[in-house]
Amino acid sequence: MKQFISFVKKEFYHIFRDWRSLMLLIGIPITQILILGFAVTDEIKNSEIAILDNAQDAASQNLEGRFRASKYFHIVKMLHTPDEIDREFRKGKIKIAVVFPKGLREDLMHGNKAQIEIVADASDPNMATVISGYASAIILDYQQEIISDNLPYFITTKIRMLYNPELKGAYNFVPGLMGLILMLICAMMTAVAIVREKELGTMEVLLVSPIKPYMIVIAKALPYTLLSLINTTIILLLSVYALKVPIAGSVVLLLLESLLFIIASLSLGLMISTIAKTQQAAMMMSIVGLMVPTTMLSGYIYPIENMPLILQWASHIIPAKWYINIVKAVMIKGLGFQSVIKENLILLGFIVLLIWGSVQRFKIRLE
Amino acid sequence: MATIVVEHISKSYTNDKKTQIGISDLSFTVNKGEIFGLIGPDGAGKTTLIRILTTLLLADSGTASVDGNDVVKDYKAIRNNIGYMPGRFSLYQDLSVEENLNFFATAFKTTVEENYELIKDIYVQIEPFKTRRAGKLSGGMKQKLALCCALVHKPSVLFLDEPTTGVDAISRREFWDMLKRLKTQGITILVSTPYMDEANLCDRIALIQGGKILVIDSPEEIKHNYKHALWAIKTEDMFKSLIDLRTFNSTLSCFSFGDVHHLSVKDNITTKEDILNFLKEKGHTEIDVQPISANIEDCFMELMTKTNTSNTLVNA
Repeated sequence: MKQFISFVKKEFYHIFRDWRSLMLLIGIPITQILILGFAVTDEIKNSEIAILDNAQDAASQNLEGRFRASKYFHIVKMLHTPDEIDREFRKGKIKIAVVFPKGLREDLMHGNKAQIEIVADASDPNMATVISGYASAIILDYQQEIISDNLPYFITTKIRMLYNPELKGAYNFVPGLMGLILMLICAMMTAVAIVREKELGTMEVLLVSPIKPYMIVIAKALPYTLLSLINTTIILLLSVYALKVPIAGSVVLLLLESLLFIIASLSLGLMISTIAKTQQAAMMMSIVGLMVPTTMLSGYIYPIENMPLILQWASHIIPAKWYINIVKAVMIKGLGFQSVIKENLILLGFIVLLIWGSVQRFKIRLE
Repeated sequence: MATIVVEHISKSYTNDKKTQIGISDLSFTVNKGEIFGLIGPDGAGKTTLIRILTTLLLADSGTASVDGNDVVKDYKAIRNNIGYMPGRFSLYQDLSVEENLNFFATAFKTTVEENYELIKDIYVQIEPFKTRRAGKLSGGMKQKLALCCALVHKPSVLFLDEPTTGVDAISRREFWDMLKRLKTQGITILVSTPYMDEANLCDRIALIQGGKILVIDSPEEIKHNYKHALWAIKTEDMFKSLIDLRTFNSTLSCFSFGDVHHLSVKDNITTKEDILNFLKEKGHTEIDVQPISANIEDCFMELMTKTNTSNTLVNA
């Protein structure tokens, strides 16, 4: 036990003395979440918009003027037929289209009620929500003004999301980022730390000692587990307080699930360390073999539902995908453990398989 | 009693350049409390042999044991009882001297205090730098620290792979003094080195070349067995005289050893005058010819040429 503690202590020395890497480890999640949370989804200016004015009356003129005046929108085209909407979207020229119905003013004056259609390109769901929200706000503004004439007018907006009708990417990036960051730190750093011993020749000395190989590995993994838990906490705090993404479910459950995923990532790193011979190779394997598939296939950036079938299958072997599902369920939807049992079992399966494989491959001798 | 027994050990592998290297059919024993030297140039197979004995590599064929433990079957027992210092500096560069030592002590389930007596002589030399990071030490200091770390658990056998390579002359001598002291503690030491002059400091040596042992004996015995007359020769133009001497009738071999040539002759009737006359005839000036006794390098050169010739004969 004393042997183990001194080993863990040594690992902490390694981490704390390489303060540049440490800053990177803590800094990456903070910057990522701040960039994605503010810079990327912050207010959208001059979004291209097309208007199909079927009404051609005072009310539609007024609304059109409001859109024209808004700094959020830039009217690129006035449309004449409904078919044009689709064509413009396909060309990628516009982000949303606003459709004023025939007899807008008439409806308002006599029926006290009108419906305006907003069509949005939801291939980027976050953007689509924000833009259509702005558009609705402008219309609502107009409604408020005519109500002030003491007449109860209602304009309802009907928002139609193209390409991704359920808007599943809404709170996508916090869970996605958690998956990515934990994967990066645990898998890559563990792999690199173990391979570094091989590369620097210290593994040679460790092997010729009574230290058990599993002890070497666990001692290496422990500091990174702690570091990852700290990172998870930072991400959660930032998303709750800075990005206002609430944690709907149990925080304890969320942290426990994160721990499970951390262990899965560590075992992946362990597997990599048994294959890679140099730190650089370990780094490349982690980036190409883990980061890229995780970013692409975990549903973090591109919704899995929209992928070709073969990529959907491929996504099953990405541990982060299951973790992201869990985070979405627990954090966003507020569901309990029962609803994520399947994901838990799959992650557990990954862990068992990877650790078994690594133990098989761990070399008690040099090549 | 033999502490290390090596029987018909062979191991071959291809390196990056796809050439076959390795060791073939090595057999020898090292007695308890002996300093045994593996002497040979780079690529002779010294590291391979040491790695096999320290259970880090598996031999293709043959058996070996350390302290009665088989290097394959009982590798765990061996790993508990030996000290190993690899050729490359293999301590943690970002840990201080003290931290490195404490770590390796705990790794071997002991404490620095427990075996302080053993490492004291060496440790006092690096103690002033104990809070310094190992990566910032000088070459000699690094080697001393590495030796401390390899010794901290009081091993019964110590394997040192080229411990003095890249170390200055004074530190080298100090290092060997330490090995002598360790020997008095009853520790068996197997040390490899490419420096021929260090051979004299070993109790017994094996001269290795191209994965084969040329000879195993005490340095004195090996030198004693050098049968040819040997002359140290200096002239004004050293380069030309080397070429000329190789054409001399009674020359067996002539090699350059720093600032002198060592000339060995075929017969014992060639006199100093014969050599002087030959060189004068060739137009050399400032000639100095002295009879000398063979050193290890002379023996190595001779054995190497002999093996090469016999190999050529076999091949022919």
